[in-house]
Amino acid sequence: MALDKNHIAKRIAQELQSGYYVNLGIGIPTLVANYVPPGLEIEFQSENGILGMGPFPVEGQEDPDLINAGKQTITALPGASFFDSSTSFGMIRGQHVDLTVLGAMEVSERGDIANWKIPGKLVKGMGGAMDLVASAKNIIVAMMQVNRSGESKLVSHCSLPLTGVACVKRIVTELAVFDIVKEGFLLVERAPGETIETIQNATAGTLIVPDQIPEMRFSL
Amino acid sequence: MITKTVADVADALHGIQNGMTVMVGGFGLSGIPENAIAELVRLEVKNLTCISNNAGVDDFGLGLLLQKKQIHTMIASYVGENTLFEQQMISGELEVILTPQGTLAEKCRAAQMGIPAFYTPAGYGTEVAEGKETREFDGKQFVLETAYKADFALVKAWKGDEAGNLIFRGTARNFNPLMCGAATITVAEVEELLPAGALNPNEIHVPGIFVNRIFKGIRFEKRIEQRTVQPK
Repeated sequence: MALDKNHIAKRIAQELQSGYYVNLGIGIPTLVANYVPPGLEIEFQSENGILGMGPFPVEGQEDPDLINAGKQTITALPGASFFDSSTSFGMIRGQHVDLTVLGAMEVSERGDIANWKIPGKLVKGMGGAMDLVASAKNIIVAMMQVNRSGESKLVSHCSLPLTGVACVKRIVTELAVFDIVKEGFLLVERAPGETIETIQNATAGTLIVPDQIPEMRFSL
Repeated sequence: MITKTVADVADALHGIQNGMTVMVGGFGLSGIPENAIAELVRLEVKNLTCISNNAGVDDFGLGLLLQKKQIHTMIASYVGENTLFEQQMISGELEVILTPQGTLAEKCRAAQMGIPAFYTPAGYGTEVAEGKETREFDGKQFVLETAYKADFALVKAWKGDEAGNLIFRGTARNFNPLMCGAATITVAEVEELLPAGALNPNEIHVPGIFVNRIFKGIRFEKRIEQRTVQPK
């Protein structure tokens, strides 16, 4: 059974470790914050200049001086800090941020990522995505495995303009978890009840299928 | 003490001319110099090159300059949420240079700190690196990026004093501190302008040496772009 967006986020939340500083991109990645396992010490960074980002404010408490990189109103948790944009990207470039989760339009079997521009369509800009993918310590891509036209987004070579080269480590989709290895996309886990055939059909690049592929596990 | 106070926004922007390059602080609509932008509209200066992370929305922020077609070149990392911008970009009236956000920040900081260029990994292997020098350090590839050159930097702070010292609030800090001293003339507008000595020197974010002119903004709307709340 293919996962929904919340379950993709839930699976990614299993990658979190206590002590991690984490940057979440817009879309499915943002949902990861809802599933932090209890007891873990995690701080979320938003690249516009906050560490220790909290949930949305209650109505009436919105502050125009307190937003995230998606320009949404947020709160600051105890222990939070504010800083300028250069310091913020220094945290990322200097690999002080432990994990970056972001969406993608295409990922290639060598870990290239394209997520900012579709030729012929209006370009809105890369924002912080190029900085994040070029220097983050660990990058997980959260995305649906096929696009709206039914084409696989796991490809041998990206056809869209690149955001970064050879940088993605792991991909979590509605069908499976993949690691980027030398030979291509290594199938690590499959969504509950999902067949190898379905996963293979949704993968345009080289898929490596080991003998044993465990199902993802979700605690209640 | 060296006094940086000017009477008002008109004095603060004295000398601004058509064709100049202007840095404008803010992220989205947070921490933008609203009063200086309103004055640019009033002065009708044209053919500007603006360096700013975003380009405002249709009827606020830099969108106000787009309405009057005052911007010739926009240097930004993300320009969504703005239909005027899209129209002018598609028609070719507006030149757009998209720059990775961390690179944009560092190009400001480099200008401020007197560093002509720096290597960054952002954009390596992408169209952003086309025509730029690349170099390997410790087995990783980097792109050479140069410091910006600008005539005016327009920033917004929460509190400031007569000496030009600045303190920012929350995530309204963003690009503002990096643009101070990164242009020939830095203009800071503040919500609260205090006498020298009123701010604790331990808590200053930007020392007054980086600011040429400071004034108290008359009006701060501080519009919220994406109001997101949770139920009470």
